[in-house]
Amino acid sequence: MDSLCPEVDYQKFLAEGRLMIQRSRSSGRYVFYPRVAEPVTGARDLEWVEACGKGTVYSTTVVRQKLPTPSFNVAVIDLEEGVRMLSCVEGIEPEAVRIGMPVQAKIVYRGDAALLVFEPA
Amino acid sequence: MELNLRGRTALVAGATYGIGEAPGLSSMDLAARASVDALAQVGLTPGDVDGLFVCTPDDMLSGLTFAEYLGINPKFTDNNRSGGSAFEIYAHTAAMALCMGQIDVALIAYGSNQRSAAGKLVQSSRPSPWESPYKSMNPVSSYALAAARHMHQFGTKREHLAEVAVAARKWAQLNPDAYMRTPLSLDDVMGARLVSDPLSVRDCCLVTDGAAAVVMVRADRARDLTAKPVYLLGAASATSHREIASMPDFTVTAAAQSGRRAYEMAGVSASDIDIAMLYDAFTINTILFLEDLGFCPKGEGGRFVSDGGIAPGGRLAVNTNGGGLSCVHPGMYGLFLIEESMRQLTGRAGERQIAGAKLAIAHGNGGVLSSQATVILGTEETL
Repeated sequence: MDSLCPEVDYQKFLAEGRLMIQRSRSSGRYVFYPRVAEPVTGARDLEWVEACGKGTVYSTTVVRQKLPTPSFNVAVIDLEEGVRMLSCVEGIEPEAVRIGMPVQAKIVYRGDAALLVFEPA
Repeated sequence: MELNLRGRTALVAGATYGIGEAPGLSSMDLAARASVDALAQVGLTPGDVDGLFVCTPDDMLSGLTFAEYLGINPKFTDNNRSGGSAFEIYAHTAAMALCMGQIDVALIAYGSNQRSAAGKLVQSSRPSPWESPYKSMNPVSSYALAAARHMHQFGTKREHLAEVAVAARKWAQLNPDAYMRTPLSLDDVMGARLVSDPLSVRDCCLVTDGAAAVVMVRADRARDLTAKPVYLLGAASATSHREIASMPDFTVTAAAQSGRRAYEMAGVSASDIDIAMLYDAFTINTILFLEDLGFCPKGEGGRFVSDGGIAPGGRLAVNTNGGGLSCVHPGMYGLFLIEESMRQLTGRAGERQIAGAKLAIAHGNGGVLSSQATVILGTEETL
């Protein structure tokens, strides 16, 4: 049995305050979300590496809520390593998030789970 | 070497049932009723069906349940779940199975009571562990993210999205079966409550009940069953992702791939098409598919739909039944695209009939722009 447990390992790193993504030793390509093999090649040589946390907003939306519940941001972020993820940008008004905006990853703790969010860089 | 399916099979009957609200009926009841209605149009019964292509939103084993319900003993069952595009894929698979002699009579069916039963989209897939913590309002937010990106890259405006909704409503006003037929203006759409920016509630499809069914046979038998068979000229599909963050480019869908292959099989191009039935779960879909299926260059979709471009009397007849936005959207809408294409190509579309329509494209979408499937249909003249 492989010791790699993609979802569990990722969450464990995140809870320790580390944003870890995968990279194939043979192709050098980064992979997100975590998997047991690299897409397309099927290579099973994925290793965990720490991401720098720098990214750019690829797209953004505001999920509207009925008042008084505040509306909130959902955004798609391109990390500097070349992977894309769904997340959100916090620390500014949800409508103020712009495509192309540089952002920085931040790990927050909500309930009993660690969550990756972004703030304007 | 791909099997050329051009003109070798035909749709000979099609029916809808329970469009809008059908209280008291299960999804299976609705699908069964549309099916017996369609079969009866050409003197067939469920007992004649040997190839079954079906799914309902609330039953993972609906292929089996449906066969049992109507007493069908299929030699071939397809219960594929690619979302709303499943029905265009069924037509493709049915054509292959018919051509290979595996089956003789294919029935493609769908039914859903989601409006009466739940009043919202039935959630029948596993929530993504990577996206659900952000409480994205799916599927709306995923399409909103695609729309925002299109606006950013190409200058598409909310007015362009609103044009799509208004055009759909104008077609719906010509269709007595459509669920929403009250007047709708650009201001109404743009002033409607935002759900997930830039999409308002009027940029989103309806939540209705409804069922559809079509019957397909080999071309040599089609003329014995009906005077006006609708021939399958081309079919193709492609999947690019599941969740929106894995979509390679939010402004280019896999319809560019499925469309190219379907046109190639059919030997036609976008400029030959009389009727474009494009899966409009959200207003951005229509714009993306007009571009990806070659009706206008990439990025020009917003301008193409401007000034009533796809409304009745516009430059292209798009979603002539009123679409998922104003006619019917019972969770999965793909089969209604094929049924409306058949109506138009057999001259049964009433007030919304496009005179002399010979070629139609029915383009299905599944997931969040994830699965794309194209079917090209034509009258006998196009063979």
